[in-house]
Amino acid sequence: MSAYRLDYLDQLESEAIHIMREVAGQFEKPALLFSGGKDSITLVHLALKAFRPGKFPFPLVHIDTGHNFPEALQFRDELAATIGEKLVVRKVEDTIKSRQLTEPKGKFASRNALQTYTLLDTIEEFGFDACIGGARRDEEKARAKERIFSVRDEFGQWNPKLQRPELWNTYNGRISKGENVRVFPISNWTELDIWNYIKRENIALPSIYFAHERTVLEHEGQLIALSEFIQLDDTDSIVTKKVRYRTVGDMTCTAAVESSASGIDDIIREITATKTSERGETRIDDKVSEAAMEDRKKNGYF
Amino acid sequence: MDLLRFITAGSVDDGKSTLIGRLLFDSKSIMIDHLEALEKQSKNKEDGEIDLALLTDGLRAEREQGITIDVAYKYFATPKRKFIIADAPGHIQYTRNMVTGASNSDLAIILVDARHGVVEQTRRHSIITSLLNIPHVVVAINKMDLVDFSQDVYNNIVIDYAEVAKKLGLKDVRYIPISALNGDNIVAKTAALTWYEGPSLLDILETVELADDIDLEKARFPVQYVIRPQTEELHDYRGYAGKINSGIYKKGDAVTILPAGFSSTIKAIEHNGKEVDEAFAPQSVVIHLEDDIDISRGDLIVKNDNRPKVSNEVEALLCWMDHKALVPGNKYLLQINSKQVRSVVKEVSYKLDVHSLEQIASPETVALNDIVKVTIKTASPVAYDAYQELRTNGGAILIDETSHVTVGACMIQ
Repeated sequence: MSAYRLDYLDQLESEAIHIMREVAGQFEKPALLFSGGKDSITLVHLALKAFRPGKFPFPLVHIDTGHNFPEALQFRDELAATIGEKLVVRKVEDTIKSRQLTEPKGKFASRNALQTYTLLDTIEEFGFDACIGGARRDEEKARAKERIFSVRDEFGQWNPKLQRPELWNTYNGRISKGENVRVFPISNWTELDIWNYIKRENIALPSIYFAHERTVLEHEGQLIALSEFIQLDDTDSIVTKKVRYRTVGDMTCTAAVESSASGIDDIIREITATKTSERGETRIDDKVSEAAMEDRKKNGYF
Repeated sequence: MDLLRFITAGSVDDGKSTLIGRLLFDSKSIMIDHLEALEKQSKNKEDGEIDLALLTDGLRAEREQGITIDVAYKYFATPKRKFIIADAPGHIQYTRNMVTGASNSDLAIILVDARHGVVEQTRRHSIITSLLNIPHVVVAINKMDLVDFSQDVYNNIVIDYAEVAKKLGLKDVRYIPISALNGDNIVAKTAALTWYEGPSLLDILETVELADDIDLEKARFPVQYVIRPQTEELHDYRGYAGKINSGIYKKGDAVTILPAGFSSTIKAIEHNGKEVDEAFAPQSVVIHLEDDIDISRGDLIVKNDNRPKVSNEVEALLCWMDHKALVPGNKYLLQINSKQVRSVVKEVSYKLDVHSLEQIASPETVALNDIVKVTIKTASPVAYDAYQELRTNGGAILIDETSHVTVGACMIQ
């Protein structure tokens, strides 16, 4: 390789920084959606590279379902404090009360779909015109289709059949009042790219990403953490296993994987060898139907 | 490791999605749960075989209609390279989506059905490949199994296509006979095509030389954002943040800021928070200048040894991408990298005929997916290069000021 040729991770990094700076240059009230998961932690790391020594031109915004892993919440607060950036937290619990929403019932009832209401309310409350998110195209087939600057209408809806053309690295962030843009700087990264980058950059993560002992409910081959948010039946099989999390969502809809990987190298080795996709292995919420993600996105989901 | 972005063009019937499925499948990039989902969906089909096309058609409407509507991005890697596939629609109705996928591609795979040879779609996909100046082209002549792996059939198609390539000025064109369905010549070479002496498709993708695709001579740095912390200890800090689109910048380089024309010298370059002596495309950096001059988003910092053109009138090949027709005399926003400027399409001199590749002078209408030659006048000067010479500083989009939609792609001449 020539001395003036960038490694793929450097190319992806530069692309992501460029996209973040486009957001800063084009929008008046952007936000960075932050969940405490590895993808949004990577976004924060990229934002530090894009804007330091200046301040971020946006706050970190977390839509808290109330069902998060405590480790992820603690990490979120510590990270925001360490980097000295503003953190906005809005709770799904409050939206349920104020809007009299009906909570889904059942064994693994998830507030995942209700998050959309809180997100849209938060966008309206602050007047956010752009929300940066950590979605990746390799995660899911509807996401594989989405633009980097993805325009949502005043109801937060994505119209996959009428996306704006998006050429070169020229991003059109112009919108009408009420619309907003979801921006995905790490669209072109894969799960493995994220882990390799975390390793290279020595990025800290919540402890649940690494192998630990946990008491879990074994359900149709998936391991779900015991918590006050899931219903237990007498027939349930409860076991204690060494596990780690491959993704971090709600405790109700994220499954752990059996693993003894205690360090980044072990995790990269496991992911390289795995035969199952990230969401397929760990997300209960994708299993509802073939177009579950497309439908949620059309309704304003992240 | 290197990264290759490529686009696949062809209609569903040409076997495009099957080809991608094959590349992912044979390079072991399809996960078991995705495969299981495919098997489940394929069962709804009559023949019961796994339909690899379902892998890339991610939208419900696409699966229902069996066509690709918008670009899907897929990712795979071999020990030699990382790949990003832009799986683009082939239907004329969705040309603008193919243009989206083509704009960032280093290489185009153009699929030709061996039974049908070079058809109108092949020509249209090739026009877009040429228009967007994709550096490398692979013509994959597919379904060789259905023509008894005939060398004559293959040779005739190569001769036909070479003429198209010549007319369009495509530079690096390679040909390969394949059967995507059987996996012949995709990952490994096949015994069925003993007369073919070239490499397999994956071999080509792994070895195409990419180093020359980025221009290191013409230095172009569009300013995206000005970093000014305005804190006590960083009171005088003023950094111009952006991505180097081409060229190499060094500390001490004499530079000009366009379109204003101010001169200055590079005082420092920061890359990832550290000061560096030099930086090059496509790195994202922060540049500091010796002089305190008025620079803002949209300005272009270039080195004095090689300058772009600066003008308030440009000629361009325009791909029209809106359902509403282009109205000459209408005002649009023209955006080139981070620069937005009001503009007016003054004149449409000809339309490109997709069948004959001939120019039709003074067309009456310019509709969705038409490719036309236009003259655009801008409200203030823009700094640009010819697209065919420098892709990263010659492409611009037109934005409708009322709907805010991207309505045109301009390849400036």
